[in-house]
Amino acid sequence: MTIKLEQHIDPTLVPILEEISDPEIPVLSIMDMGVVRSAILEDNIAKITITPTYSGCPAMDVIGEDITKAFAKENIEAKVSLVLSPAWTTDWITSRGRKALEAYGIAAPLDEEADKEALLGGKKIVKCPQCGSVNTKMISQFGSTACKALFQCNDCLEPFDYFKCLK
Amino acid sequence: MKNENKIQYIYGIADNALILGQRLSELCGHGPNLETDIALTNMALDLLGQTRSYYQYVAELSGEGKTEDDIAFLRTERQYKNVLLVEQPNKHFGYVITRQFLFDIFHLLLLEKLQNSEDERLAAIAKKGIKEVSYHQRFSSDWIKRLGDGTKESHQKVQEAVDDLWTFTDELFHSTEEDQIALDHKIGVDTIELKEKYYQKVKEILEEATLSIPETKWFQKGGKQGIHSEHMGYLLSDLQYMQRTYPNMKW
Repeated sequence: MTIKLEQHIDPTLVPILEEISDPEIPVLSIMDMGVVRSAILEDNIAKITITPTYSGCPAMDVIGEDITKAFAKENIEAKVSLVLSPAWTTDWITSRGRKALEAYGIAAPLDEEADKEALLGGKKIVKCPQCGSVNTKMISQFGSTACKALFQCNDCLEPFDYFKCLK
Repeated sequence: MKNENKIQYIYGIADNALILGQRLSELCGHGPNLETDIALTNMALDLLGQTRSYYQYVAELSGEGKTEDDIAFLRTERQYKNVLLVEQPNKHFGYVITRQFLFDIFHLLLLEKLQNSEDERLAAIAKKGIKEVSYHQRFSSDWIKRLGDGTKESHQKVQEAVDDLWTFTDELFHSTEEDQIALDHKIGVDTIELKEKYYQKVKEILEEATLSIPETKWFQKGGKQGIHSEHMGYLLSDLQYMQRTYPNMKW
């Protein structure tokens, strides 16, 4: 899926936006998360539009405040607004973001079909971010946050989060 | 469509999410095990998130400087338009799952239609919600099967819950005056159209769960008109306590 986000994002604002991370997953910048929908600078006011991952995601309020603070440091006033449509999908996580997730110990989302097989069919395809084995099992469909499910590796025995595919 | 009619129409959808979200929140820390505890509160969070999206829209439509908090916390019982099903208490885990299951099947059918609403804002909220609610439906359907086709005791408990809660299902398809106006303006959903599909889907899963389908022809109603069961007052006193005691307090 190709999304032409670039045209709405002012490249001069990107370094500031990349400094802001998801408070639940500190290794992932909001750019890599794919939640920044547009960023425009007009009369020294940065107009940033973000989209929630899940409707009730409490991180959104914090992200909004973090954006305002980060721009204030650069003496730029930021206005943050929330858009719901088109709804966020895990496809918008960048490949750099997926790597950061894995390095942090969270298995990155599989594609839609594989995700269903893993979550509903019990198929062993989610790779353990610790040891790389696919000999893993789902412990809970719901995990520590709305976007994750809980898994465990049968080989190294470590439990880990799996970022659910959302389409 | 007049704003006031649209607001009332949105309450009919949003209040279900708020009240069921509140019921599920009550279980935080009280689930039968860690996984289900987390699942139920995850679902509560999704529902409260959807509620916020609806109420923020209502706040904009009503003007008068209203906020989403005023709408959630400062209405009187009669002003809430949720169906009776969602306010029913958390008697036991099987009861919670049955209530969830009977609502989820309806909720997904509703949102799948609402995403085609000519009101762009409602369509966007529905599209977002579909992704979350399909996951809820998978969870509750899965548990219905596990409990129904589980032990003798789990079967009996969940069968009793189905028999009890069945009387609240017909109300899901009642059409209010606002529903009709919204439908005429191509904003709302024709819930009557969902009825056949709903019972077909519900029966399919109940059969797989080895549960029998109640034969009752008598159904409860009233929530959509603001006439609630005795449980609603207790629920609201819990929900509204902080805002009533410390007006305008914030986190």
